[in-house]
Amino acid sequence: MLSISDLQVAFKTRRGEVDAVKGISFELAKGERLGIVGESGSGKSVTSYALMRILDAGGRIKAGEAIYGGVDLKRASETAMRDIRGREISMIFQNPRAALNPIRKVGHQIEDVLIQHGQAIRSDARKKAIAALKAVKINNASARYEAYPFELSGGMCQRIVIAIALACDPKLLIADEPTTGLDITTQKAVMDLVDELVKARGMSSILITHDLGLASQYCDRIVVMKDGLIVEAGNPIEIFTNPKHPYTNKLVDATPRRGATIRSLLPEEERKPLAARQMGDTPLLEIKGLEKTYHGKSGPVRAVKGISFTVKAGESLGLVGESGCGKSTTSSMIVRLLDVSGGEILYRGEDIGKMPALAFARNPLRSKIQMVFQDATDSLNPRHTARQSIAEPLKRLKGMHGEALNARIEELAALTGLPEHLLDRFPHQLSGGQKARVGIARAIAPDPDLLILDEPTAALDVSIQAVVLNLLADLRAKLNMSYIFVSHDLNVVRLLCDSVVVMKDGEIVEAGSVEAVMDNPTNPYTRALIAAAPHAPDRKSAA
Amino acid sequence: MNARLGAIALRIAQAVPVLFGVVVISFLLTRALPGDPAAQFAGVMATPESIEQTRVKLGLDKSMPEQFATYVVQLAQGDLGQSVSTGRQVTEDLADRLPASLELTLTALLFSCAIAIPLGVLAATRPGSLIDQLCRLLVTAGVSLPTFFTGIVLIYVFYYLAGIAPSPLGRLDFAYLEPEHVTGFFLIDAAIAGDWETWFGALKQLVLPAVTLGLFTLAPIARMTRAAMLSALSADYIRTARAAGLGTTKVLYGYAFRNALLPVVTTLGMVFSFSLGANVLVEKVFAWPGIGSYAVEALVVSDYAAVQGFVLAMALLFVTLNLIIDLTYSVIDPRFGTAAK
Repeated sequence: MLSISDLQVAFKTRRGEVDAVKGISFELAKGERLGIVGESGSGKSVTSYALMRILDAGGRIKAGEAIYGGVDLKRASETAMRDIRGREISMIFQNPRAALNPIRKVGHQIEDVLIQHGQAIRSDARKKAIAALKAVKINNASARYEAYPFELSGGMCQRIVIAIALACDPKLLIADEPTTGLDITTQKAVMDLVDELVKARGMSSILITHDLGLASQYCDRIVVMKDGLIVEAGNPIEIFTNPKHPYTNKLVDATPRRGATIRSLLPEEERKPLAARQMGDTPLLEIKGLEKTYHGKSGPVRAVKGISFTVKAGESLGLVGESGCGKSTTSSMIVRLLDVSGGEILYRGEDIGKMPALAFARNPLRSKIQMVFQDATDSLNPRHTARQSIAEPLKRLKGMHGEALNARIEELAALTGLPEHLLDRFPHQLSGGQKARVGIARAIAPDPDLLILDEPTAALDVSIQAVVLNLLADLRAKLNMSYIFVSHDLNVVRLLCDSVVVMKDGEIVEAGSVEAVMDNPTNPYTRALIAAAPHAPDRKSAA
Repeated sequence: MNARLGAIALRIAQAVPVLFGVVVISFLLTRALPGDPAAQFAGVMATPESIEQTRVKLGLDKSMPEQFATYVVQLAQGDLGQSVSTGRQVTEDLADRLPASLELTLTALLFSCAIAIPLGVLAATRPGSLIDQLCRLLVTAGVSLPTFFTGIVLIYVFYYLAGIAPSPLGRLDFAYLEPEHVTGFFLIDAAIAGDWETWFGALKQLVLPAVTLGLFTLAPIARMTRAAMLSALSADYIRTARAAGLGTTKVLYGYAFRNALLPVVTTLGMVFSFSLGANVLVEKVFAWPGIGSYAVEALVVSDYAAVQGFVLAMALLFVTLNLIIDLTYSVIDPRFGTAAK
């Protein structure tokens, strides 16, 4: 149905033409579900934009062929392409909320597509749009028709995007990272829905993702891309059990999965044994009946409803839940950036929850509790070099300056594996992994006992994530720190944490050791969370 | 939806304290002017006694709170006092001159929108093209050329050299009779009266000053339209629309342009405000009997009532204008008044 041979895509930039896709070939049969897996910059999204001919200005198909059902997609006229888009080949995107026109009712956005492709006329468009909403299992479709994207949840927005894509019954659906930024249970719901619709309609699909586990679960065949080239293709089991290309091997290793250990994420030659950790029996942090109530326009909102847990010295605790469960509010309160509404935060027996968050910056304990933020890019001052960013807490909290300061910064860079010559670069000159290292170096600079990690690897590629997780594991042994690891990814929490707290709607639904909670969850919500995580085929058992 | 209506009601209610503040400030501001108005109005031949008499007559001998109370009471009756320089009621003066300024400003804005918005859209859809360069040139020229300069150049070219424009002396050549006063806008009044000869006469007088002012206001509008259009066109939802096969027109106007309009509307409000101020120079060059030149003259002779009336009228205009802009915004943007915005 779709056949691509030696496709090359190039972009004009100020520094001349850059090849994003350097000659790839694959075929897609009718009803086949293909996965294109690769990390950022691999050219996987560009490939799909090239097929749809919706490349950004400056991008063009340089060479090669792409034939869809006898139509040459490279040479087809713009008018012909317009009839193919949406009618024959459709696409769904990442970040569904931004993918919808913010000031147009979602129903009208579906109608636009129906009318464009002659599937509806003004008089019956509404009825057909509501039918399209029902097809993606939206309850109360006629009310949702009137909604604007900002009134809907992320998962709901993605359903709308799917409804737009499938409104005209296309034969091929391209899904470009459709679940990035969605909660894990929503991710599963969206992927199951897409899969069901694709199968029911006998469509073909291309799933573009960085998540090898996700691709293996929802695809019949996988191609792995790196730097604009296909390095390996095969069925998911083959790819997982017997990867031939070293890059695929590395990618398979780095994908967190059941039975993996933190070291097994790394390539084999880099797997050094983990240093032993000292675990004290004294509690480092005790949370007792912690509460937070926000005063919203429509009455008070209880974000955290009296939760209690304990972190022992040297222990790592995972704080797990989906967006809106209160885990970020909880971590902000513990790190003392947010005032508490009730309850106690006992740090070595002292209630630090009583101190106002504003005054805590001058408290000597400030240097003992530090945080690594979610987005490594946004949490660094773009006008500060890496050195300045790391120096900031040292100057403020430790009063360091001059030689001592420089020596400490270089020591921290060495600890976090940041090459010294990168210290004088600005954030935009650093890669995602390097920025993550700067964020970690800044957090451990004042010698904290407790580090709160707020999804520190969420924005990173899997191979970088593997390296950063291992770095964190090494650092906590070396510096004798405790972690509170906030995440929605249970597979990652399992690798790094000793105990876990599962939150839902501001309450703790389950808590205990990682093994107990993950292997024998008692709460239905925990079970749902674990079930929703993509299951990659187990490398060892299948081999 | 209710949140939106509530936000609109709140926005209207917010205008009330602003108006009160304006009344207080306009009062205090005029009292802060240097010079003794009593001495000014008593004339050059005044003796200390006659100055004192004038002071009592103007009510300036009373305490500030008393003066303010009198002012507010008069204001409530629609009495802005008497201008000492023209000898007429300030309300009458304003009623004469405000429409002249508004007619000029609105025509200028209409003209600049008619050029700037399509230009900005075209420039954004074809970045780096000839039209983009033209847009850049016009924007640079518009901000860097002062209005009195463009005004004089236009007069020199179209009146002196080409002879197609009428003499730049006011709103209507003396050959015509002023149309009957209904709105004060000559174009509208003449049209109501069905007097098309006068209509054309008024239009001919209006073209040069309106173009002068328009060239000045064109720059920010064109620049904002271009920038807003560019950012709208690179948004994710445009990619979705294109991937769904929507036509170019639909994508450009139905999706990108409506989203780009939001910042453009905000800019329009700002441009309107400052062009009311920038008016003064244009009015001077074209001998336009507008409110700007009136205020300057009044200020020079410390004409309290006139200055107060002017400040109040302008402030009222600004408040109404901002209200209209916000309400327009609420029509375009469904997120108005919700947590998302």
